[in-house]
Amino acid sequence: MVSAVFHSPSDPVAVPAPAAAAGRPAAANEAVMPAAARPAKPPRDPIDWRGLALRVLPPVLSIGLLIGLWALATMKGGSFPTPAATFDAAVKLFADPFYRNGPNDQGIGWNILNSLGRVGMGFGLAAVVGIPLGFIIGRFEFANRMVSPLIALLKPVSPLAWLPIGLLAFKSANPAAIWTIFICSIWPMVVNTAVGVQRVPTDYLNVARVLKLSEWKVITRILLPAVLPYVLTGVRLSVGTAWLVIVAAEMLTGGVGIGFWVWDEWNNLNVAHILIAIFVIGTVGLLLEWMLMSLAKHFTFNED
Amino acid sequence: MKPFIQVQDAEMVFTTRKGRFHALQNVNLDVQRGEFITLIGHSGCGKSTLLNLFAGLLQPTSGALICDGREIAAPGPERAVVFQNHSLLPWLSCLDNVLLAVESVFGGKEASAKLKVRARAALELVGMSHALHKRPHEISGGMKQRVGIARALAMEPKVLLMDEPFGALDALTRAKLQDELLKIVSRTQSTVIMVTHDVDEAVLLSDRIVMMTNGPAATIGEILEVGIPRPRVRVELAEVARYVAARKEVIDFLYTRHAHVEQAA
Repeated sequence: MVSAVFHSPSDPVAVPAPAAAAGRPAAANEAVMPAAARPAKPPRDPIDWRGLALRVLPPVLSIGLLIGLWALATMKGGSFPTPAATFDAAVKLFADPFYRNGPNDQGIGWNILNSLGRVGMGFGLAAVVGIPLGFIIGRFEFANRMVSPLIALLKPVSPLAWLPIGLLAFKSANPAAIWTIFICSIWPMVVNTAVGVQRVPTDYLNVARVLKLSEWKVITRILLPAVLPYVLTGVRLSVGTAWLVIVAAEMLTGGVGIGFWVWDEWNNLNVAHILIAIFVIGTVGLLLEWMLMSLAKHFTFNED
Repeated sequence: MKPFIQVQDAEMVFTTRKGRFHALQNVNLDVQRGEFITLIGHSGCGKSTLLNLFAGLLQPTSGALICDGREIAAPGPERAVVFQNHSLLPWLSCLDNVLLAVESVFGGKEASAKLKVRARAALELVGMSHALHKRPHEISGGMKQRVGIARALAMEPKVLLMDEPFGALDALTRAKLQDELLKIVSRTQSTVIMVTHDVDEAVLLSDRIVMMTNGPAATIGEILEVGIPRPRVRVELAEVARYVAARKEVIDFLYTRHAHVEQAA
């Protein structure tokens, strides 16, 4: 009951008086805030071997298991290369990743860089168009109702269905591939940004109204920071999609790129190289994701 | 004396998807400059709606609200609001949260160094000088609410509007902040309108308690002059006859005459 509280004498220990708090800031912090709430680094303990082993062991085990099964399956020979043969091929391949023997025979480094360039281009354009579009959809109900059915219709379309449209419009393979990336990676950014804008707490907007903030300040000090985590989620999903799409698109368009390289090696019946390509594509995708994850972590704020 | 704030026949009807909801009707109230008013009533009685009308966040369906000779048509910094859930921006430090408010009021007239001094002074007033550069999630609920109050006070508002500012706090922290609010208000001589559902809080803090009937179509049921001289000291009040009487009157209104019937939703 509240009345019980009313009679209780003020407790000088639980919450220090403001004057005292101002006088000795460190002590006040100690008294009022649990240590866990602070992002301070813990003191350097002796290394937690058990925890480390528990974290490192399972992935090592799973990769070992995969390679073991692979070795077992390819022991009798056949068209499938053994892990050892694949490893040898990889060593040879990565010994000189940046050679050029004409337009259709270039090092794997060039292929990856070319693919990344296309992804960067298509994805960058998608970000430039998609994020502002998401803001508009989130802010204006009319725009939302206008664009939502289109998004619902176009989002599930397979990337390869867009390729002929690109080829028709641009009359060239490279822009068509970039177009395909663009159209496939734009949706997660549009949708996430719009959701982010719609979920900006009304309280924050009420604060802006009471403070009479200018439209510019509302955007820079309230909307952008509030929406940023959502935008970054969209960006992360988009990059993943873009990297998925590029391999398929390049298989069809040709040129220099990891997707085409896979197709080329298939035509050469060089299965070891295909396996290496799969590994490389996975690694690059993982790195992209990881980069954006750490970026997103940096910009995420605590609500409470 | 001409009242500082006037509510004239305010009526509020919300049009929702489920139909029209009549929240307030026939609300008439005069508030004098420097007065501390609390609005009390059961949940759903429209006391927060009334506060939002004062803030300008809502416009009355009919009737008018006048503050210092001008009709309240929109929210503005001269009617600062302390929100129930503090509503500090989580990506700004305490100082920057207050500074944002200070900038919007005094930014055109004063140099940025002066603005910082104002923000710091406001935070010092609520005893938060030690946490200037902390983010809201790094401080406790009571501290957040202090910063929320500092943000409102820093704007030097004509009226301080508080929407159950201590509702989410534990009882000890709440008592502590009530005491400090008493001190701050006696120093700044602010006009305060506060929404609460805590009888003790209302009696302790206010000059007049506005008791509201239950909704829908709630209105002001009764207004009680508290009439306890200031400064008021919490521990001594328990034996003041006027305090006991005022408390009894509010409780009588809330629980006997206007007992809240919980509606099945």
